[in-house]
Amino acid sequence: MAKVGIELDPVTKVSELSIAGRQLVAICRALAADAKLLIMDEPTASLTRHEVNALIKLVSDLKRSGICVVFVSHRLDEVLEIAERVTVLRDGAKVGTFAAATIDGRKLSHLMTGKAFEYQIQAPDLAPGAVVLEVQGLGRDGDYDDVSFQLRAGEVVGLTGLLGSGRTELALSLFGMNPPDRGSIALDGRRIALNTNAEAIHRGIAYVSEDRLTLGLILDQSISANVTLTVLERLAGAFGLIGARARQSHVARWVAELGIKVSNPDNPVKTLSGGNQQRVVLAKWMATNPRVLILDSPTVGVDIGAKDGIYEIIRRLAREGVAVLMISDEIPEVLFHSHRVLVMREGRLTTDVTAADTSEDALRQAVNA
Amino acid sequence: MKDAPALSLRRRIVHLAGSGTIATLILLLVALWVVFAITIGERFFSVNTLQSIAFQMPELGILSLAMMLALLSGGLNLSIIATANLAGLTIAFVLTRYIPGSEGIAWVGVQVLAIAAGFAVAALVGLVNGFVIAYLGVSPILATLGTMTLCKGLAIGLTRGNVISGFPEPIVFIGNGTVFGVPFALIVLALCALPVAITLNATPFGTKVYMIGSNEKATRYSGVDTRAVLLKLYVLSSLLAGVAAVVMLARFNSANAAYGESYLLVTILAAVLGGVDPFGGFGKVSGLLLALIILQVISSAFNLLNLSQFLTLAIWGGILIAVAAVPYLRGKTRR
Amino acid sequence: MPESRFAPFGRFRRSHEFWLLIVILALCASLGVANAQFLTMQNLFDLLTSYAFVGILALGLLVVLIAGGIDISFTATASVAQYVTLSVANAYGANWISVFAIAIGVGGVLGALNAMLIQKLRIPSIIVSVATLNIFYGLLIFFTGGKYIYSLPDWFATGIFWLEFEWGKDTSYGANLQILALAVSFLVTWLLLNRTNIGRQIYAMGDNADAAQRLGFHIFGLNMLVYCYMGVMAGIASLVQAQLAQSVAPTVLVGKELDVVAAVVLGGASLMGGVGTVLGTFLGLALLAILQNGIILLGVSSYWSPFFVGLVILISVSATARSQRKRRTPSARP
Repeated sequence: MAKVGIELDPVTKVSELSIAGRQLVAICRALAADAKLLIMDEPTASLTRHEVNALIKLVSDLKRSGICVVFVSHRLDEVLEIAERVTVLRDGAKVGTFAAATIDGRKLSHLMTGKAFEYQIQAPDLAPGAVVLEVQGLGRDGDYDDVSFQLRAGEVVGLTGLLGSGRTELALSLFGMNPPDRGSIALDGRRIALNTNAEAIHRGIAYVSEDRLTLGLILDQSISANVTLTVLERLAGAFGLIGARARQSHVARWVAELGIKVSNPDNPVKTLSGGNQQRVVLAKWMATNPRVLILDSPTVGVDIGAKDGIYEIIRRLAREGVAVLMISDEIPEVLFHSHRVLVMREGRLTTDVTAADTSEDALRQAVNA
Repeated sequence: MKDAPALSLRRRIVHLAGSGTIATLILLLVALWVVFAITIGERFFSVNTLQSIAFQMPELGILSLAMMLALLSGGLNLSIIATANLAGLTIAFVLTRYIPGSEGIAWVGVQVLAIAAGFAVAALVGLVNGFVIAYLGVSPILATLGTMTLCKGLAIGLTRGNVISGFPEPIVFIGNGTVFGVPFALIVLALCALPVAITLNATPFGTKVYMIGSNEKATRYSGVDTRAVLLKLYVLSSLLAGVAAVVMLARFNSANAAYGESYLLVTILAAVLGGVDPFGGFGKVSGLLLALIILQVISSAFNLLNLSQFLTLAIWGGILIAVAAVPYLRGKTRR
Repeated sequence: MPESRFAPFGRFRRSHEFWLLIVILALCASLGVANAQFLTMQNLFDLLTSYAFVGILALGLLVVLIAGGIDISFTATASVAQYVTLSVANAYGANWISVFAIAIGVGGVLGALNAMLIQKLRIPSIIVSVATLNIFYGLLIFFTGGKYIYSLPDWFATGIFWLEFEWGKDTSYGANLQILALAVSFLVTWLLLNRTNIGRQIYAMGDNADAAQRLGFHIFGLNMLVYCYMGVMAGIASLVQAQLAQSVAPTVLVGKELDVVAAVVLGGASLMGGVGTVLGTFLGLALLAILQNGIILLGVSSYWSPFFVGLVILISVSATARSQRKRRTPSARP
């Protein structure tokens, strides 16, 4: 532990630690195994700048003592700081291996995404409408505190921050699954108390979980069942029975609307690609006619080519007047697809700017500092 | 893109056939008939055999439906037999204590009351199961193990292991009478199986049960009140056990704390053989019924062959293992 | 921040075992007052002796539960082990070592069978154990006709009696076979779970099998060990029971699963895996024994015993589940 730079009581249960704490324990364990080759998969996902620096120094020490380190990350600046050689993978194939000295962040990003990324703001410049959701002084012990912001109809608001900064906890509070300890949530100007997610859904708030495979979809069940899960009561007709036709036409409608590539809606949803799966999740939630849609890391596990499709759906939602809160780890994604950007750090909202008024570097500073 | 109407017709048939499970079961049934016809011969085809199957099946069938419901949700209901016995004893108690000597309104009334009392007891057990499993988060195996012991304990404590017997005609008819040659008990089974099948296939509740069985957390995240669904499910499961109690007590004309204990294995076997996934999320009533018929056919054949009941038990165990291993052997494992 | 010296005590105070201890002490006190016979050496000695069978099985089940599985076929395994061992002993002669060797061997093999079916065929452990319970039991009775064995080797019938000491009116007490076997089982299980690497791996596997696999644990090997251990315990317990009952009764053991399960869940083990301690199991066993003994001593008909066992099981698993749920909801989520 001293090597890694943390001090924890060994008897503490891991479940009692913060995310960063857990990650550091995992790193300790890897080091304790006395390995010759150490593979670290996204080790800095929830570490602060200070902890990341400590880890980078640690990796340098390991290198010097002869241990080979494979550092998997999508944080380009860290990768360039640590590595001698960088290998880029894209869509399951190796794009190439390069000496770190010969490339920079921009080239890397180009190689990763396959596009000459024209950095421009892609969010539609609609004048957002009335305030739909207003959060005032929201706090929940252990998760976040003193959070206040507004969401307007037709607006896409990006929310970013480190893992463990409280973003998902905040989102779940808005979705009724993590009731806050203080503060207020107002919908259309009226204060509401959300104690269950069923209440939130009823009021028009929907949440697309970042964990699509275990929380967003029921993989073994059919595409049809997954799509209709949120609107079962609505599809029921006489005697409370759901007719096959009602089910089929609902599914067909959403398959067409969101362009989901499906050969047979009775197939298990796990047979679909990541991008199509995400569309199924979106279909499920859009069917509830939400006024506020919270998307948590919506393009994770979606290959490059399909990401655009997801962004197009988000734009369409905004056009139709839905207030979209998009949570993401990727600063460019948040910056270039939102009207406004919020940054959370250690449970507090530290930044609230329009996308036009800020830059990638400024955001990175705000997130990592 | 294929022809839309033709595709949906083909899909309908495949859907009905339960993607091959039903077809497999029908084939198995036919194969067994052939084998037994050859080895046992004349006796197997007698009306007696058929009749005995038709009489034994209903109580096992209703109990299997109860077990199936729990399995679909990813759980297990080990208390169904004990619940049935407790409910049966309740009915028996009311019947023997309060039944007036002569026929009349009161006579009918008491019988109806008795059955209602039995259902009430069964529902209560179901409520306890559902509450402990859904709202306290106890594993279904442990919870139903607990209620099973509780029910059995209550039954033994109250009766000291004695049998209560001697019931009025109409009750006995339920278990032993026939309507146009069809055993009334079989009709009761049909009257249970049909609503359960419809509920599972065509109601929001049914869909929710399947989804919970496959992934309870994701279902909850989609806004479904999984706890309420599970509570309702276990109440339903125990109510079915209550119906089975009526049929059992009618057929034996007596009630006891320890009847039908060997049924537990067979109900699980029937469910798994019928295509119910032991991990939850999949299974159809039609498959269950076919599986029951198959098991009854085997059981009758064993009887005719004078097989020891213990050997039969061992064979059931072996079949359960074989059947539960099929998904893996077919390479379709999910875990 | 290093904890104070008293911190371990504080943690114990919040644990399941602490509450068990309180309940047991309270029960003992009230029973001691209500019935003078309870707190006598004779009674306690008898209790320990007669519950050794359940206790040894409970230890085996504890290990299985911690590993994340379940097994209810152990009574059938015990019946088979008992019958085979003593038939062989009667036919060919044997001594203490060989008799335990055979019982352990039989139990281990049957346990291994469970493990193979669960791991290799990917069948849920509850279903496998329901099936094997019936297979083992059914085949045993079919081949033996359910006959009891009344004549046991003399040395076996006499048993063991170590560490004799006098207590009260000229009656001597000491560690008989049952108590010895129970003590050894407790010791071995405690060592396995708390002092060996394998023990830690078992806890890890029970809590999160995926993570354990990714860490390189040999999941199949661990499961095999765990179920074999259960089988071994069943074998030992079967001999202990045969010696106590001075006979082998193949039909009598099956049906006692519930007492064993009660002891283990009372002790705080959970079906979810990764939870449970030897101390807890000991306390759970003690509570079960005191409860059932109390029922008899208070004059309540023993017909009511299963009811109370069931009630206690339900209350205990509910309490365990609730405290577990609080623990499993991490305050910091990804």
